[in-house]
Amino acid sequence: MKYIDPHIHMVSRTTDDYRRMAQAGCVAITEPAFWAGFDRCSVDGFRDYYRQLTDTEPKRAAQYGIKHHCWLCINPKEAEDIGFAREVMSAIPEFLDQPNVLGIGEIGLNKNSKNELSVLEAHLALAKARDTLVLVHTPHLEDKYKGTMLIMDAVSNAGLDADRVLIDHVEEHTVGAVLDRGFWAGMTLYPDTKCTPQRAVDILERWGTDRIWMNSAGDWGNSDPLAIPKARMEMKRRRHPTAMIEQVTFGNPVAFLSRSPNFSVDV
Amino acid sequence: MSSSEQPCPLSHAEMIDAWFLENRAKVLDLAAFLDRLDRPTGPSSDDFRVAALRDAISLLIDGTSDRTRRIQMLLSDHSSEPIDTAPMQGALGAVPPADTL
Repeated sequence: MKYIDPHIHMVSRTTDDYRRMAQAGCVAITEPAFWAGFDRCSVDGFRDYYRQLTDTEPKRAAQYGIKHHCWLCINPKEAEDIGFAREVMSAIPEFLDQPNVLGIGEIGLNKNSKNELSVLEAHLALAKARDTLVLVHTPHLEDKYKGTMLIMDAVSNAGLDADRVLIDHVEEHTVGAVLDRGFWAGMTLYPDTKCTPQRAVDILERWGTDRIWMNSAGDWGNSDPLAIPKARMEMKRRRHPTAMIEQVTFGNPVAFLSRSPNFSVDV
Repeated sequence: MSSSEQPCPLSHAEMIDAWFLENRAKVLDLAAFLDRLDRPTGPSSDDFRVAALRDAISLLIDGTSDRTRRIQMLLSDHSSEPIDTAPMQGALGAVPPADTL
Protein backbone atom coordinates (compact mmCIF):
# COMPACT_ATOMS: atom_id res chain seq x y z
CA MET A 1 0.00 0.00 0.00
CA LYS A 2 1.58 3.29 -1.06
CA TYR A 3 1.69 6.48 0.98
CA ILE A 4 2.90 10.07 0.82
CA ASP A 5 4.87 11.78 3.59
CA PRO A 6 3.84 15.41 3.00
CA HIS A 7 6.22 16.92 5.55
CA ILE A 8 9.72 15.55 6.09
CA HIS A 9 13.14 17.22 6.20
CA MET A 10 15.27 14.86 4.16
CA VAL A 11 18.28 17.20 4.15
CA SER A 12 18.70 15.97 7.74
CA ARG A 13 18.19 12.28 6.96
CA THR A 14 20.40 9.61 5.48
CA THR A 15 20.01 7.93 2.11
CA ASP A 16 19.26 4.77 4.08
CA ASP A 17 16.08 6.51 5.30
CA TYR A 18 14.99 7.03 1.68
CA ARG A 19 15.50 3.30 1.11
CA ARG A 20 13.53 2.26 4.19
CA MET A 21 10.71 4.70 3.37
CA ALA A 22 10.49 3.35 -0.18
CA GLN A 23 10.41 -0.20 1.15
CA ALA A 24 7.53 0.80 3.46
CA GLY A 25 5.52 2.15 0.51
CA CYS A 26 6.47 5.84 0.31
CA VAL A 27 6.09 7.13 -3.26
CA ALA A 28 6.27 10.90 -2.74
CA ILE A 29 7.33 13.45 -0.16
CA THR A 30 7.18 17.19 0.28
CA GLU A 31 9.95 18.97 2.15
CA PRO A 32 9.31 22.39 3.70
CA ALA A 33 12.17 24.80 4.33
CA PHE A 34 12.94 24.85 8.05
CA TRP A 35 15.40 25.73 10.80
CA ALA A 36 18.67 23.81 10.58
CA GLY A 37 19.15 23.63 14.36
CA PHE A 38 21.32 26.74 14.22
CA ASP A 39 20.83 30.22 12.80
CA ARG A 40 22.32 30.65 9.33
CA CYS A 41 24.43 33.79 9.03
CA SER A 42 24.07 34.82 5.39
CA VAL A 43 21.57 35.07 2.59
CA ASP A 44 23.90 32.92 0.49
CA GLY A 45 23.61 30.22 3.15
CA PHE A 46 19.88 30.14 2.42
CA ARG A 47 20.52 30.16 -1.35
CA ASP A 48 22.62 27.02 -0.91
CA TYR A 49 19.82 25.47 1.15
CA TYR A 50 17.19 26.29 -1.49
CA ARG A 51 19.47 24.78 -4.13
CA GLN A 52 19.72 21.63 -2.02
CA LEU A 53 15.90 21.48 -1.81
CA THR A 54 15.30 22.10 -5.51
CA ASP A 55 18.19 20.19 -7.07
CA THR A 56 20.05 17.77 -4.78
CA GLU A 57 17.21 16.16 -2.82
CA PRO A 58 15.01 15.37 -5.87
CA LYS A 59 17.91 13.39 -7.32
CA ARG A 60 18.58 11.57 -4.05
CA ALA A 61 14.89 10.65 -3.69
CA ALA A 62 14.57 9.53 -7.30
CA GLN A 63 17.12 6.76 -6.71
CA TYR A 64 14.42 5.05 -4.64
CA GLY A 65 11.44 5.90 -6.81
CA ILE A 66 10.27 8.68 -4.49
CA LYS A 67 9.00 11.95 -6.02
CA HIS A 68 10.46 14.91 -4.13
CA HIS A 69 8.72 18.29 -3.82
CA CYS A 70 9.51 21.27 -1.62
CA TRP A 71 8.29 24.51 -0.08
CA LEU A 72 10.39 27.66 0.37
CA CYS A 73 10.58 30.28 3.12
CA ILE A 74 12.61 31.49 6.05
CA ASN A 75 11.42 29.57 9.09
CA PRO A 76 9.80 31.55 11.94
CA LYS A 77 12.62 30.56 14.29
CA GLU A 78 14.89 32.78 12.20
CA ALA A 79 12.33 35.57 11.82
CA GLU A 80 13.13 37.58 14.94
CA ASP A 81 15.87 39.47 13.06
CA ILE A 82 13.37 41.09 10.74
CA GLY A 83 15.95 42.85 8.54
CA PHE A 84 17.81 39.62 7.86
CA ALA A 85 14.55 37.76 7.28
CA ARG A 86 13.50 40.25 4.62
CA GLU A 87 16.90 39.92 2.92
CA VAL A 88 16.48 36.15 2.79
CA MET A 89 12.93 36.51 1.50
CA SER A 90 14.21 38.59 -1.40
CA ALA A 91 16.08 35.47 -2.63
CA ILE A 92 13.04 33.18 -2.59
CA PRO A 93 11.54 34.29 -5.93
CA GLU A 94 14.75 33.14 -7.66
CA PHE A 95 13.69 29.56 -6.85
CA LEU A 96 9.88 29.61 -6.98
CA ASP A 97 9.76 28.50 -10.62
CA GLN A 98 11.85 25.39 -10.05
CA PRO A 99 9.84 22.34 -11.13
CA ASN A 100 9.52 20.71 -7.68
CA VAL A 101 8.45 23.84 -5.74
CA LEU A 102 4.85 23.66 -4.49
CA GLY A 103 4.63 26.97 -2.68
CA ILE A 104 5.54 28.87 0.48
CA GLY A 105 6.29 26.94 3.68
CA GLU A 106 6.72 26.10 6.38
CA ILE A 107 5.90 29.61 7.45
CA GLY A 108 4.09 30.51 10.65
CA LEU A 109 4.99 31.51 14.18
CA ASN A 110 7.36 30.16 16.83
CA LYS A 111 7.09 32.28 20.01
CA ASN A 112 4.22 34.44 18.70
CA SER A 113 6.25 37.65 18.56
CA LYS A 114 5.50 40.81 16.61
CA ASN A 115 8.50 40.36 14.29
CA GLU A 116 7.53 36.74 13.58
CA LEU A 117 4.05 37.94 12.69
CA SER A 118 5.44 40.61 10.33
CA VAL A 119 7.56 38.02 8.51
CA LEU A 120 4.58 35.66 8.32
CA GLU A 121 2.50 38.44 6.75
CA ALA A 122 5.24 39.11 4.20
CA HIS A 123 5.32 35.42 3.25
CA LEU A 124 1.53 35.34 2.92
CA ALA A 125 1.68 38.38 0.63
CA LEU A 126 4.26 36.59 -1.51
CA ALA A 127 2.06 33.49 -1.72
CA LYS A 128 -0.91 35.65 -2.67
CA ALA A 129 1.08 37.47 -5.35
CA ARG A 130 2.42 34.22 -6.83
CA ASP A 131 -0.84 32.29 -6.30
CA THR A 132 0.93 29.40 -4.54
CA LEU A 133 -0.16 26.89 -1.96
CA VAL A 134 0.88 27.56 1.64
CA LEU A 135 2.14 25.16 4.30
CA VAL A 136 1.98 26.61 7.81
CA HIS A 137 3.99 25.58 10.88
CA THR A 138 2.21 26.14 14.18
CA PRO A 139 4.22 26.78 17.37
CA HIS A 140 5.39 24.17 19.82
CA LEU A 141 3.79 23.08 23.09
CA GLU A 142 2.50 25.95 25.27
CA ASP A 143 2.66 28.39 22.36
CA LYS A 144 0.60 26.31 19.89
CA TYR A 145 -2.93 27.33 20.83
CA LYS A 146 -2.31 31.08 20.78
CA GLY A 147 -0.11 30.85 17.68
CA THR A 148 -2.63 28.82 15.73
CA MET A 149 -5.33 31.42 16.37
CA LEU A 150 -3.00 34.30 15.36
CA ILE A 151 -1.94 32.45 12.22
CA MET A 152 -5.48 31.73 11.05
CA ASP A 153 -6.37 35.40 11.50
CA ALA A 154 -3.27 36.46 9.55
CA VAL A 155 -4.13 34.12 6.67
CA SER A 156 -7.69 35.43 6.56
CA ASN A 157 -6.46 39.03 6.67
CA ALA A 158 -4.12 38.31 3.75
CA GLY A 159 -7.07 37.31 1.60
CA LEU A 160 -5.86 33.80 0.93
CA ASP A 161 -8.34 31.03 0.22
CA ALA A 162 -8.38 28.74 3.29
CA ASP A 163 -8.78 25.76 0.98
CA ARG A 164 -5.25 26.40 -0.40
CA VAL A 165 -3.61 26.58 3.03
CA LEU A 166 -2.59 23.64 5.20
CA ILE A 167 -2.15 24.35 8.92
CA ASP A 168 0.33 21.80 10.23
CA HIS A 169 1.12 20.26 13.61
CA VAL A 170 -2.50 20.35 14.80
CA GLU A 171 -3.35 18.59 18.05
CA GLU A 172 -6.50 17.98 20.06
CA HIS A 173 -6.89 21.62 21.14
CA THR A 174 -6.41 23.15 17.67
CA VAL A 175 -7.69 20.68 15.07
CA GLY A 176 -11.36 21.60 15.50
CA ALA A 177 -10.81 25.33 14.96
CA VAL A 178 -8.55 24.72 11.93
CA LEU A 179 -11.09 22.47 10.20
CA ASP A 180 -14.06 24.65 11.18
CA ARG A 181 -12.43 27.66 9.46
CA GLY A 182 -12.02 25.72 6.20
CA PHE A 183 -8.28 25.05 6.30
CA TRP A 184 -6.57 21.75 5.66
CA ALA A 185 -4.96 20.22 8.76
CA GLY A 186 -1.75 18.26 9.20
CA MET A 187 -0.91 16.01 12.14
CA THR A 188 2.76 15.49 12.91
CA LEU A 189 3.77 12.15 14.40
CA TYR A 190 6.58 12.69 16.91
CA PRO A 191 7.79 10.44 19.74
CA ASP A 192 7.65 13.11 22.49
CA THR A 193 6.00 16.27 21.22
CA LYS A 194 3.06 16.79 18.85
CA CYS A 195 1.02 13.58 18.15
CA THR A 196 1.86 9.96 18.70
CA PRO A 197 0.43 7.62 16.04
CA GLN A 198 -2.17 6.52 18.61
CA ARG A 199 -3.38 10.06 19.32
CA ALA A 200 -3.39 10.91 15.63
CA VAL A 201 -5.79 8.03 14.99
CA ASP A 202 -7.89 9.19 17.95
CA ILE A 203 -8.13 12.60 16.27
CA LEU A 204 -9.30 10.99 13.03
CA GLU A 205 -11.94 9.06 14.96
CA ARG A 206 -13.19 12.26 16.62
CA TRP A 207 -12.83 14.86 13.86
CA GLY A 208 -13.13 12.72 10.74
CA THR A 209 -10.97 12.21 7.67
CA ASP A 210 -11.83 15.19 5.47
CA ARG A 211 -9.12 17.80 4.77
CA ILE A 212 -6.57 16.15 7.07
CA TRP A 213 -3.31 14.29 6.62
CA MET A 214 -0.47 12.98 8.74
CA ASN A 215 3.28 13.40 8.37
CA SER A 216 6.49 12.38 10.09
CA ALA A 217 8.23 15.78 9.97
CA GLY A 218 11.37 13.68 10.30
CA ASP A 219 14.36 15.96 10.83
CA TRP A 220 17.60 16.23 12.84
CA GLY A 221 15.78 15.90 16.17
CA ASN A 222 13.87 13.13 17.90
CA SER A 223 11.67 11.96 15.03
CA ASP A 224 10.84 8.89 12.96
CA PRO A 225 10.82 8.82 9.15
CA LEU A 226 8.67 5.67 9.31
CA ALA A 227 6.01 7.25 11.53
CA ILE A 228 3.31 7.12 8.84
CA PRO A 229 3.57 3.35 8.31
CA LYS A 230 3.33 3.01 12.10
CA ALA A 231 0.16 5.12 12.19
CA ARG A 232 -1.27 3.03 9.35
CA MET A 233 -0.55 -0.06 11.44
CA GLU A 234 -2.38 1.55 14.35
CA MET A 235 -5.41 2.12 12.11
CA LYS A 236 -5.25 -1.51 10.98
CA ARG A 237 -5.06 -2.72 14.59
CA ARG A 238 -8.26 -0.81 15.27
CA ARG A 239 -9.83 -2.44 12.18
CA HIS A 240 -10.45 0.81 10.33
CA PRO A 241 -11.24 0.13 6.68
CA THR A 242 -8.46 0.17 4.11
CA ALA A 243 -10.23 2.96 2.22
CA MET A 244 -9.99 5.22 5.28
CA ILE A 245 -6.26 4.49 5.70
CA GLU A 246 -5.61 5.20 2.03
CA GLN A 247 -7.63 8.42 2.14
CA VAL A 248 -5.63 9.93 4.99
CA THR A 249 -2.17 8.78 3.92
CA PHE A 250 -2.46 9.05 0.14
CA GLY A 251 -5.75 10.43 -1.21
CA ASN A 252 -5.91 13.55 0.94
CA PRO A 253 -2.30 14.59 0.27
CA VAL A 254 -2.89 14.09 -3.47
CA ALA A 255 -6.11 16.14 -3.31
CA PHE A 256 -4.44 19.12 -1.60
CA LEU A 257 -1.05 19.03 -3.30
CA SER A 258 -2.51 18.60 -6.81
CA ARG A 259 -3.70 22.21 -6.56
CA SER A 260 -0.08 23.02 -7.43
CA PRO A 261 0.78 22.32 -11.08
CA ASN A 262 4.22 21.16 -9.92
CA PHE A 263 2.91 18.21 -7.92
CA SER A 264 2.89 14.80 -9.51
CA VAL A 265 2.74 11.24 -8.30
CA ASP A 266 1.91 7.91 -9.91
CA VAL A 267 -1.62 7.02 -8.78
CA MET B 1 -21.47 12.36 17.98
CA SER B 2 -20.84 14.62 14.98
CA SER B 3 -21.41 13.37 11.42
CA SER B 4 -17.66 13.44 10.74
CA GLU B 5 -16.73 11.01 13.49
CA GLN B 6 -15.23 7.66 12.49
CA PRO B 7 -15.66 5.58 15.65
CA CYS B 8 -13.13 2.87 16.40
CA PRO B 9 -14.69 -0.43 15.29
CA LEU B 10 -13.30 -2.27 18.33
CA SER B 11 -15.40 -3.06 21.37
CA HIS B 12 -14.57 -1.68 24.81
CA ALA B 13 -13.18 -5.06 25.86
CA GLU B 14 -11.08 -5.39 22.71
CA MET B 15 -9.54 -1.97 23.32
CA ILE B 16 -8.61 -2.92 26.86
CA ASP B 17 -7.10 -6.22 25.69
CA ALA B 18 -5.04 -4.43 23.06
CA TRP B 19 -3.75 -1.42 25.02
CA PHE B 20 -3.99 -2.08 28.75
CA LEU B 21 -0.40 -3.23 29.18
CA GLU B 22 1.00 -0.35 27.15
CA ASN B 23 -0.88 2.19 29.29
CA ARG B 24 -0.11 0.36 32.54
CA ALA B 25 3.55 0.86 31.66
CA LYS B 26 2.99 4.56 31.00
CA VAL B 27 1.34 5.08 34.41
CA LEU B 28 4.30 3.35 36.08
CA ASP B 29 6.72 5.56 34.14
CA LEU B 30 4.88 8.65 35.34
CA ALA B 31 4.90 7.39 38.94
CA ALA B 32 8.60 6.61 38.68
CA PHE B 33 9.33 10.11 37.41
CA LEU B 34 7.53 11.68 40.38
CA ASP B 35 9.33 9.29 42.76
CA ARG B 36 12.64 10.25 41.15
CA LEU B 37 11.90 13.90 41.84
CA ASP B 38 11.41 13.01 45.53
CA ARG B 39 14.86 11.46 45.91
CA PRO B 40 17.46 14.21 45.44
CA THR B 41 18.80 15.59 48.71
CA GLY B 42 18.74 19.30 49.35
CA PRO B 43 15.90 21.76 48.78
CA SER B 44 13.37 20.82 46.12
CA SER B 45 12.59 23.37 43.45
CA ASP B 46 9.09 24.66 42.89
CA ASP B 47 9.25 24.08 39.16
CA PHE B 48 6.23 25.36 37.25
CA ARG B 49 6.43 22.42 34.84
CA VAL B 50 6.04 19.86 37.62
CA ALA B 51 3.18 21.89 39.11
CA ALA B 52 1.51 21.85 35.68
CA LEU B 53 2.06 18.10 35.45
CA ARG B 54 0.36 17.56 38.83
CA ASP B 55 -2.58 19.72 37.67
CA ALA B 56 -2.78 17.64 34.48
CA ILE B 57 -2.86 14.44 36.52
CA SER B 58 -5.83 15.84 38.44
CA LEU B 59 -7.69 16.25 35.14
CA LEU B 60 -6.89 12.63 34.24
CA ILE B 61 -8.86 11.33 37.18
CA ASP B 62 -11.73 13.83 37.41
CA GLY B 63 -14.14 11.43 35.70
CA THR B 64 -14.90 13.80 32.82
CA SER B 65 -14.15 12.96 29.19
CA ASP B 66 -12.24 15.06 26.62
CA ARG B 67 -9.18 14.72 28.88
CA THR B 68 -6.56 15.19 26.15
CA ARG B 69 -7.94 18.48 24.85
CA ARG B 70 -8.50 19.79 28.37
CA ILE B 71 -4.92 18.96 29.39
CA GLN B 72 -3.61 20.60 26.22
CA MET B 73 -5.51 23.75 27.17
CA LEU B 74 -4.23 23.57 30.74
CA LEU B 75 -0.68 23.58 29.37
CA SER B 76 -1.31 26.40 26.86
CA ASP B 77 -0.75 30.14 26.83
CA HIS B 78 -4.22 31.72 26.73
CA SER B 79 -3.15 35.28 25.93
CA SER B 80 -4.12 36.60 22.52
CA GLU B 81 -1.73 39.43 21.57
CA PRO B 82 1.72 38.95 19.97
CA ILE B 83 4.58 39.49 22.41
CA ASP B 84 7.14 42.25 21.81
CA THR B 85 10.16 39.99 21.26
CA ALA B 86 10.80 36.24 21.35
CA PRO B 87 12.68 35.47 24.61
CA MET B 88 14.14 32.22 23.22
CA GLN B 89 13.69 29.86 20.28
CA GLY B 90 12.45 26.78 22.15
CA ALA B 91 9.34 25.91 24.17
CA LEU B 92 9.02 24.58 27.71
CA GLY B 93 5.83 22.51 27.67
CA ALA B 94 3.93 24.60 30.21
CA VAL B 95 3.37 28.31 30.63
CA PRO B 96 6.13 29.82 32.78
CA PRO B 97 5.29 32.41 35.43
CA ALA B 98 5.35 35.90 33.93
CA ASP B 99 8.26 37.04 36.13
CA THR B 100 10.59 34.33 34.77
CA LEU B 101 10.61 35.57 31.17
